[in-house]
Amino acid sequence: MRYQFIVAFFLFSLASFVQANDLYPLPSKRQEAQFNHLLKELRCLVCQNQDLADSNASLAADLRLAVYERVTAGESDSEIIQYLSARYGDFILFKPPVKRVTWLLWYGPLLFLLLGFWIFWRTCIKVTKNE
Amino acid sequence: MKKTWVFVPFILFIGLMVFLGRGLFLDPQHLPSTRIGKALPSFSLPVLTNENRVFTPDMMKGNIGLLTIWASWCHACEEEQAFLMQLHAQGIPLFAINYKDKPSEALQWLKTWGNPYQCIGEDKEGKIAIDLGVYGAPETFLIDDKGLIHFRHVGVLDENVWQRDFVPRIRQLRANG
Repeated sequence: MRYQFIVAFFLFSLASFVQANDLYPLPSKRQEAQFNHLLKELRCLVCQNQDLADSNASLAADLRLAVYERVTAGESDSEIIQYLSARYGDFILFKPPVKRVTWLLWYGPLLFLLLGFWIFWRTCIKVTKNE
Repeated sequence: MKKTWVFVPFILFIGLMVFLGRGLFLDPQHLPSTRIGKALPSFSLPVLTNENRVFTPDMMKGNIGLLTIWASWCHACEEEQAFLMQLHAQGIPLFAINYKDKPSEALQWLKTWGNPYQCIGEDKEGKIAIDLGVYGAPETFLIDDKGLIHFRHVGVLDENVWQRDFVPRIRQLRANG
């Protein structure tokens, strides 16, 4: 009984993979992985908290197709991301690129950590001095 | 010296509040266009009213005009149509891309709501829309006489938006050109 359940569970989880392959057939496993990975990295601009893989919006379907065509043509991740961000801006990427305007975003946490250490260190010195 | 340090966390707090408070009032649905200052993508789309002809960006050159992304399934497009008819009456050159639509429904829609456009191209698969960075209809692009994009408005174009965002830019373009 338990084994049957496990087998059924795996078959069900496989079903979704098979469906995805039918819609967007790709010649190699590597391209399939690239395609799936890109769809997770890219944001749907209509339902903004969904990625392109999840969204049912018609724009998301168009963008999926655009990504699919580029993956089939053998383009690299950065070429495809460049293509889309040139049209839709960095907002289409869930992970913002490191550039001058995002420095605070990327390095801010480190800055605050160092600031915290500095304050901690100074207070320690003060405490030892008072003793 | 010591007293001024006491205020530092307070000032930092106020700064953070202003920064985060401003974020609350930003519209996340409003995305800046990356196509500003760039030429229209090259396209050649069948004309909706006469499919033997093609609509190309060259047809828009020579005048400052608008390019509207529109569809018969888009309800907001109905809202702006009366204002577009008004702009057409004022002599503003209007062009359109019919976005992911059925030609028969689009033509029927134009019969109902009026056709202010000089030329309408059919973008059935939405490919040119991707090149333009379109993410929702209606969108309106301000195109100068050389075919460069100067402004993009997402959503219904009305008198307020026109006066606020388009009129000053058109005036400046006319002054420069």
